[in-house]
Amino acid sequence: MNNIRKNRIKDQVFKFWGIACTFLGLILLMIFIGSIIVDGVQRIDWSFITSLPSRKAERAGIYTALMGSVWILIFTTIIALPLGIAAAIYLEEYAKESKLASLLEVNISNLAGVPSIIYGLLGLEVFVRIMEMGASVLAGSFTLALLILPIVIVSTRESIKAVPKSIRDASFALGASKWQTVSQQLLPASFGGILTGIILALSRAVGETAPLIVIGALAYVPFAPESPMDEFSVLPIQIFNWISRPQHGFETNAAAAIIVLLLITFIMNGIAVYFRNRWQSKLK
Amino acid sequence: MKKFILLTAISVSLASCGNQKNENSSGISIDGSSTVYPVTEAIAEEYRTVAPDTDVTIGVSGTGGGFQKFGRGEVAITNASRPIKEDERAIAEENGISFVELEVAYDGLAVIVHPENDWVSCFTVDQLKRIWEPSAQGNIKRWNQIDPTWPDEEIRLYGPGVASGTFDYFTEAIVGTSGSSRGDYTASEDDNVLVQGVSGDKYGLGFFGLAYYEENSDKLKMVAVDGGEGCIEPSAQTVSDGSYAPLSRPLYIYVNSSSLDNPEVIDFVNFYLTEASDLLDDVGYVPLTDEEYEREQAKFAAFVEQKANQQ
Repeated sequence: MNNIRKNRIKDQVFKFWGIACTFLGLILLMIFIGSIIVDGVQRIDWSFITSLPSRKAERAGIYTALMGSVWILIFTTIIALPLGIAAAIYLEEYAKESKLASLLEVNISNLAGVPSIIYGLLGLEVFVRIMEMGASVLAGSFTLALLILPIVIVSTRESIKAVPKSIRDASFALGASKWQTVSQQLLPASFGGILTGIILALSRAVGETAPLIVIGALAYVPFAPESPMDEFSVLPIQIFNWISRPQHGFETNAAAAIIVLLLITFIMNGIAVYFRNRWQSKLK
Repeated sequence: MKKFILLTAISVSLASCGNQKNENSSGISIDGSSTVYPVTEAIAEEYRTVAPDTDVTIGVSGTGGGFQKFGRGEVAITNASRPIKEDERAIAEENGISFVELEVAYDGLAVIVHPENDWVSCFTVDQLKRIWEPSAQGNIKRWNQIDPTWPDEEIRLYGPGVASGTFDYFTEAIVGTSGSSRGDYTASEDDNVLVQGVSGDKYGLGFFGLAYYEENSDKLKMVAVDGGEGCIEPSAQTVSDGSYAPLSRPLYIYVNSSSLDNPEVIDFVNFYLTEASDLLDDVGYVPLTDEEYEREQAKFAAFVEQKANQQ
């Protein structure tokens, strides 16, 4: 009896410890977001969104940085999506048993852990200099696409794996080739999961600063990009630049820009959750 | 699947038509020091009111990173918080780049302690050297090692990181060799972090740009520096007339001669040298005197003429 009570108490203690651990991260995040909102929310208005950078904190805006971030997001998606999905299909469906495949697998999981600044150096040498793209939206997008490629590949493989074996077997039984099975059955069935993975990877990419600074993304650009070869700035660079200024007005600007950046990632994560839910109910 | 192929095709075709734009671009590309950045940003912003069609872009690769791009001919102008080094000059010359160095503003480096620090109001250069020189690492740890009347407390140091021009300048002026410093201090590329550090540490000591002191003067105490002619506090006056020695320094821009083929660059630099003195106060730097700006304008005019004569 005594022993059982002891164990129950231990159980309760562990439960509350677990709750405390779970809430620690959340509470810290709430405090952070709360203080950012208090600092910055009154600064957000239409002119903040549509103004160019300025030496006067109250006149400065995020227009070019926001536009740069949007362009980078679009092109990173265009580049990473086909590459990542094709690589995942190959690894999952075609190269399943070979030694090469397991070697590739190890390397891809290692790539996911490479610090982002290393990708920046790679991008500077390969895309900016050798391929002569300059410090353009395209060079930045290729660099970030490489950065998120391992995540896209891994999440795509997981989604393809999650398609019930019966669907695959049925397709083969009806005489479909591998490619027909993949393109007609597996991809449509797993598309929600693939999209979720890509959106989550992109919301990481939108917050990256280091690799873009290395490839030469700018701090002051008076125009929004009009083609992929244009130079650009992005929100995290603008935030970093404002935080390091001596005048206190820029701190408010930085807080306001952080709110905008957070909104973008929250919206993207929201879309990801929506797709996941819709896809899951579809499968059932 | 068709969608992916279409998207890839779009991206490739967009990329290929974008290539043409770079070749006849009429923009002015600037890179370099993050210290000089606010000055150049202010000028670029103001320049848009007189030349709205000229796109001026500014990066912040740091003084060293800027000279690297400048030496490859990738940018027209680079911002610098120290003069070009011999090896950087050699690389530029190797690549056939001739350039002109122009002073655009002064920056004072303020030596800062906590407001409750009541024992020090003036450092001699020698004292600063004893605190910061490489041999001080592991040896000079307490305030009373510098002056026996100061408290027997640990001295905690804050300064810019080794990649910054500010670090190069301070070590050159105080220790005597650029880049030579003790390594056991709290380093940050962001001067606001240094402000936070010193303002929260009664036994702290740091140095950073004067503008950061002026914005935070309620929570920091500035220490005068004795460069041999008595204790002098940094101010717009003492920085600009050079009496706050040796910690006042000029900030520079470097202009690539081949960029002068674009008349907008000439116009922009002239605008820079005539308007800087009115704009510098907004960003917290000290302007040169009128005579000095005229001297720099003449220097630039001579450079433009020399370039014209070569052709």
